Amino acid sequence: MDGPEPAAVRAAPGPLGADPVAAEARRELAICNICNYCNGLCAVFAAAERRPQLTAGDLDHLANLCHHCRSCLYDCQYAPPHAFAVNLPRVLARLRWSSYARFAWPRSLAAAFTDGGRRVGSLAAGLVLAFTLAVLLAVPPAVLFAPHRDPGAFYRIVPWWLMVAGASLTFAAALLAIGASLGRFWRATTPAAHSTRRAGTPYVAVIRAAVDLLTLRNQQGGGPGCADLDHRPSRWRRYLHHALFYGFLLCFAATLAAAGYHHLLGRVAPYPLLSVPVLLGTAGGLGMVAGCLGLLWLRRREDATPTDPDSRGADSAALWLLLAVAGTGLALLALRATAAMGLLLAVHLGTVLALFLLLPYGKLVHGAYRGAALLRDALEARRR
Amino acid sequence: MQVRTRASDVLVIGGGAAALAAAIEAACAGASVDLLDQAPAWLRGGNTRHSRNFRYTHDGPTAFTPDAYTEAQFRAELLHATGGGVDRALLDVLVTASAGLPDWLVGQGVALQQAGDGRLPYSRKTAFFLGGGMAAVRALTDRALALGVRIQHGTGVDALRLDGRRVTAALTHAGEITAGAVVLACGGAHADPSWLRKHLGAAASGFINRGTPHARGELLLWLLAQGAVPVGDPAELYLVAVDARSPADDGGILTRIRGMPLGIVVDRNGRRRFDEGADTASTRYSRWGQRLAAYPDQTGWLILDAAGLRAAPAALYPPIQASGTRALAEALGIDAAGLAVTLAGYNASIRAGADPADAAGCSTQDLYPPKSAHARPIAEPPFAAYPMRPGVTFAHYGVAVDARTRVAWRDAGYLDNAFAAGMIMAANLIPRGYVSGLAVTISLVFGRIAGSEAAGIAAAAQARQRGRHGRA
Repeated sequence: MDGPEPAAVRAAPGPLGADPVAAEARRELAICNICNYCNGLCAVFAAAERRPQLTAGDLDHLANLCHHCRSCLYDCQYAPPHAFAVNLPRVLARLRWSSYARFAWPRSLAAAFTDGGRRVGSLAAGLVLAFTLAVLLAVPPAVLFAPHRDPGAFYRIVPWWLMVAGASLTFAAALLAIGASLGRFWRATTPAAHSTRRAGTPYVAVIRAAVDLLTLRNQQGGGPGCADLDHRPSRWRRYLHHALFYGFLLCFAATLAAAGYHHLLGRVAPYPLLSVPVLLGTAGGLGMVAGCLGLLWLRRREDATPTDPDSRGADSAALWLLLAVAGTGLALLALRATAAMGLLLAVHLGTVLALFLLLPYGKLVHGAYRGAALLRDALEARRR
Repeated sequence: MQVRTRASDVLVIGGGAAALAAAIEAACAGASVDLLDQAPAWLRGGNTRHSRNFRYTHDGPTAFTPDAYTEAQFRAELLHATGGGVDRALLDVLVTASAGLPDWLVGQGVALQQAGDGRLPYSRKTAFFLGGGMAAVRALTDRALALGVRIQHGTGVDALRLDGRRVTAALTHAGEITAGAVVLACGGAHADPSWLRKHLGAAASGFINRGTPHARGELLLWLLAQGAVPVGDPAELYLVAVDARSPADDGGILTRIRGMPLGIVVDRNGRRRFDEGADTASTRYSRWGQRLAAYPDQTGWLILDAAGLRAAPAALYPPIQASGTRALAEALGIDAAGLAVTLAGYNASIRAGADPADAAGCSTQDLYPPKSAHARPIAEPPFAAYPMRPGVTFAHYGVAVDARTRVAWRDAGYLDNAFAAGMIMAANLIPRGYVSGLAVTISLVFGRIAGSEAAGIAAAAQARQRGRHGRA
């Protein structure tokens, strides 16, 4: 990267120290550690109790262990306008968002997290547009706007090697960046006292953390549900997240199945409607669309009090990007036999490209940090 | 005064657990219910907002509480804590009906914390609200609203209109509200500093109100002036030691000071007055609250050295610290020479117990007052102090009721259609002392009874009305 980095970004990777958001999180969590009425709601409160010092690493761990269920705001006897002004979901959301920037890799790209993630939204739109334009310029209109129905139809628009190479490289880059960030996060959140007394190979903790992550066990308000729209317990956000997440996994499985068809069975896409890749992809795409639309609806209707106003835009940007990926994929399936296929394919691949490239630099990276925090929590629970 | 003719079958006055339970029971019985809460919506729930658990009997482990807590145990514990003076008929009702509270609460949509979640302290006597009392208040409020209860915040009742022993209307700043029956669940008067001063003298100015500022007792005092039979003693307060820097109201559970056994407690002359090591159970909070009430300026200082501070439980406000004890005394504004004498005498009198490494076993010798346990020297700088004052939790004072929660009237008998529940009548059961989780149990048990009784009055009135129409 040429030229000086913005001062805010240069300062960010350092210790939390005097950061006002960290100071506020420390103040509120110190109150929670005395009161502790909420300890049945999720794992955060017991984890905070194990960290009375509330160091910078402790705060980053707790912020990422928080699933933003929001129940603790409405259950709090000290919530604003009380003089003690405890709004834990909001301050942890702020801290979580700032932790993504502080642990971003490479550091120069931490700039993506400034401005509440709005840059990522415009960057995604730009990437989709650029890729579509490139296809428009590279593919002769006679080919692009002609119906293709034979095997290999997609590859007449974007060559097979380019599709595979593009997807693999961008996804690998995302995994590398997320892995490097997670390494830094893990080191920063390891309490000094704990590193010396790790016991055995933590299989049980890994399984427990995986179950917690895949079931969103901590997004149940301790049983009755979370404060999705207002104080009333609800299960909508958790179910919609499941639809989106498992929809995404199904789409990923569809891609793997298609690779199997291609390499093992020697069958070239497009595949029939009742083939494994198309069935998986259709189910996954519908799940993603339902999840995205539902979560966007919640976002419009929810009480914003427990949310971080500065990163709400990033949450929406991530949902719109995922909706674009799923929506264009389903549209491509529906219209693949028509003359619209070429352009739809370009737009769809553009959204996938944007998704993979931006995965480490926006809201969607939350899953990785959440998994790491849940693993640490499970390791600590083992030790007790 | 503007007169409103809005009439409901049952008018509930108050906003805590007793009021909400009464409103729900009355509405379930088919009555139309109005609930008036003096507090604004954000302070809803009275002092149930600050509650965490409630006491109930159970013959074996439940999903919410391990082991068993029998009726006999509950009864004996309450009698022991109060030292007698308990209304036996009400005690029987309380102990028996407490068993049904978990099921009733779950039925109203209140979530209780699972006993096996590994995050609760062991308690075979109480069940915990998941998310605390505020979550329970919200759930009960939602339930009441769903049943059609009309809830009005910011509307206190200063007086009632009486026709003989029949309540015909409640007087509010917004006008009169008529009702067929009334539930009085608006708590005590302890949040009113002038009322405290009246009964406790100037010392009351040094007290801090731990709970809602809306327990000002307007209606309680009006009832007593009109002829309700008082119960308990207005000068008998349940006090807890809190940080002297706490807000004047509503600090709740946060402001308690808990580390007395780890240091010494001195007055403004730097002198000790009590054995800090004698009581390390949770009863020490209230014991110190009572003691501080008799301190000069109602203020005491918990003095710790660096080792004591490290071991002390977390506190809301940072301790006042200084490198030496003289500087500390100056920072606190207490007598430095007195503190120096006290510390020298204390440190010189410490004798190790059988196991020198066990701080709990250390005690003082030939010192008055002694420190019978945890007597560690106060020597390691920096030195720290927490200023403490008595925190008022409630007053052991209210109106006498019978087991149906009817309000007893001075020349024998009861009000016809008014029923009292919650802290306004808790002194019938706890004329002094306390056991944890009792206030919510009293409020829910008698709130439910008051709601049912009030709805019964309304139903009887309707039946009479129908009978008249039938003859006509």
